[in-house]
Amino acid sequence: MTPEELEEIRQNELEAQQSVPQRIHVCVAAGCLSCQSEAVKDALTREVDHRGLGGRCKVKGVGCMGLCSEGPLVSTHSGQLYQHVTAADAGKIIDSLDAAPVSRLAISTDIPFFERQKKIVLENSGTIDPERIEEYIAQNGYRALMRALTEMTPQEVIAEITASGLRGRGGAGYPTGLKWGTVAKAPGAQKFVVCNADEGDPGAFMDRSVLESDPHRVIEGMLIAAYAVGASEGYIYVRAEYPLAIKRLKTAIRQAERLGLLGADICGTGFKLRIDLRLGAGAFVCGEETALIASIEGKRGTPRSRPPYPAMAGLLGQPTLINNVETFANVPPILRNGSAWYAQIGTEKSKGTKVFALAGRVRNTGLVEVPMGISLREIVFDIGGGIPDGKQFKAVQTGGPSGGCLPAEALDMPVEYESLAQAGSIMGSGGMIVMDESSCMVDVARYFMDFCMTESCGKCIPCRVGTYQMHRILTAITEMTATEQDLKLMEELCDLVKNTSLCGLGQSAPNPVLSTLKYFLDEYKAHVHEHRCLAGVCQEKATV
Amino acid sequence: MSSTDHVKTLKIDGRDCSARAGETILDVARENNIPILRLCELEGLSTVGACRLCLVEIKGARKLLPACATAVDEGMEVTTNSERLQSYRRMIVEMLFTEGNHVCSVCVSNGHCELQAMAQTLGITHMHLPYRYPKKQVDASHERFVLDHNRCILCTRCVRVCDEIEGAHTWDVMGRGIDSKVITDLNQPWGSSESCTGCGKCVHVCPTGALFEKGRSVAEMEKRRQFLPYLTLMREERQ
Repeated sequence: MTPEELEEIRQNELEAQQSVPQRIHVCVAAGCLSCQSEAVKDALTREVDHRGLGGRCKVKGVGCMGLCSEGPLVSTHSGQLYQHVTAADAGKIIDSLDAAPVSRLAISTDIPFFERQKKIVLENSGTIDPERIEEYIAQNGYRALMRALTEMTPQEVIAEITASGLRGRGGAGYPTGLKWGTVAKAPGAQKFVVCNADEGDPGAFMDRSVLESDPHRVIEGMLIAAYAVGASEGYIYVRAEYPLAIKRLKTAIRQAERLGLLGADICGTGFKLRIDLRLGAGAFVCGEETALIASIEGKRGTPRSRPPYPAMAGLLGQPTLINNVETFANVPPILRNGSAWYAQIGTEKSKGTKVFALAGRVRNTGLVEVPMGISLREIVFDIGGGIPDGKQFKAVQTGGPSGGCLPAEALDMPVEYESLAQAGSIMGSGGMIVMDESSCMVDVARYFMDFCMTESCGKCIPCRVGTYQMHRILTAITEMTATEQDLKLMEELCDLVKNTSLCGLGQSAPNPVLSTLKYFLDEYKAHVHEHRCLAGVCQEKATV
Repeated sequence: MSSTDHVKTLKIDGRDCSARAGETILDVARENNIPILRLCELEGLSTVGACRLCLVEIKGARKLLPACATAVDEGMEVTTNSERLQSYRRMIVEMLFTEGNHVCSVCVSNGHCELQAMAQTLGITHMHLPYRYPKKQVDASHERFVLDHNRCILCTRCVRVCDEIEGAHTWDVMGRGIDSKVITDLNQPWGSSESCTGCGKCVHVCPTGALFEKGRSVAEMEKRRQFLPYLTLMREERQ
């Protein structure tokens, strides 16, 4: 494969696409699939065939369009978007291609949900068929890889990523360029690059959606990373609960190998990379990098003490680069458009965009990509459309079980790594759960502690016993049997678990409790002193 | 290569110490008779840094670091004994006591138990965490040894000694979090284990009365683990 051959594939595909004047896109990512979008796609295809429109109209399955709550979603070449489409609507949609849109199903795309987003990672989601490499190439796919391999040295690639200001999208926000540079400099005969796709935060589905909608982007990012750090073997550690993402990744890897974009002697440059999938068996802690490495090695997935960091001694003791799906997905556009272009998006310390899975008590739930620095208010009220049923906003939870709950006072805070951490939450991998007045914050904290308790690996004592003891107290509070003494004890436990646990899971497990204690102490007090739940959630439970 | 690459000097609790590069803080503390509490670490076995009792404060470091797994560095200033560290240690040991069912008065290891000794060192007389009173099993299927899960603190010394020294890997851990437990083979009764050689090393490295020899009564189970450093040394020499 040479740059010319890649360009030829791109041109051929674009021509083929343009030769069909009418196109209908049906979302076939997991959200819409679960509301029978496959049947919608089949019905549309049958209708097109039945009417003999084969040469004029093409129906294709595409990745996530974002507004998951309104699925199945269908869009047409003219940009018209339809929601809640059923197989029975197929005829009407095809009738409308040259006429007025079907008003019953139409949603306007000039609402803030679409207009306030800035798509980089999701630029191809919802427009290309994730199971065809040609469509990715047509959207300038693998051009960044080609540029890196033929025009840049590994050092230049790292310098470009460093200059872009990209930071790890898995949650902690470690500078990506710095990590790449460390792995590149670490001595080792065999280096590895690993993609962490063990997305496990409750309510979070960014990585799944990227893998289902645009898998080649992640593979291209990994290829560029492997070239930059000098790795020749790669693993994608993806959770087994994502069968569709796994299937599409397998397809994508096979297609890339066939075109000589993956495997030995890539693009005739002598650079080689093999990518294998490893399936997670359902342990949340395996998203922690050292546990993930242990799991890939076939061992029990428990974290180990760092240092040494995986960049120095990771998989099989060799220097290993581990980045999250979204981090890799950001790499090709940075190389394609230059670091300066990327660095002008976002804020001083947080560059680029962030994908969030918007869930909970908000009108528009789904997947959104926003520039860093946007306020939480804009995400919840403009993009999310606010709280439904006339209820009041209470809190927004970011960062999953490692994050915290932020109150209305924090809504105007910009979304960036530092400000979120300062407020007691974290950026996290991108889960964002909105809560209204019908949520009891103690109950929410108890839910997250339950999650941490069951997902603790049990290796270190503070996390193993601490999460159990904190969960016991939180349960007692929601059952109105806790005392002031228990509250004090819980604060002590939070401090201990945070400061003495072995890995990030334990160190951040108290965050949901600490943040709710900080912002919603009145709710705790009401439970303890007045045996009353301000949201009315716990009374019901206590009486049942 | 200059000598500073090989030799490091550091301060532990205000005392000047010298160390070889690559040694851990615990190695150096041990050499200088500075006591650092620990339960999972045992000389001769690999380090896991799981009990968190040996956490120390290092000047300039944001986090507390385990002495057993942290390599020394030139000019390091280590504090092993601050009030904060001691209170964390008390709480962690309390966590162990309340997690299982530790009744010293009827235990074979009474008087020879590392957990008990640690509680005494730390001055723990009462628990301010509530007891959990879990229902746990006892496996007495082995002809010479007994495993009592009630007294297990999951230090995984048995797992490591069996894998690293005996080479049998009979022991492992199953389950997650508070439900974790050590198992023999694939959670089969110890007596039916085909990989167990009956060497008893696991019994003697166990810090509590969780693993003991049959026929021992209360306070009669003294562990002998002098063999471990020698075995490790012999292994290293042969390599």
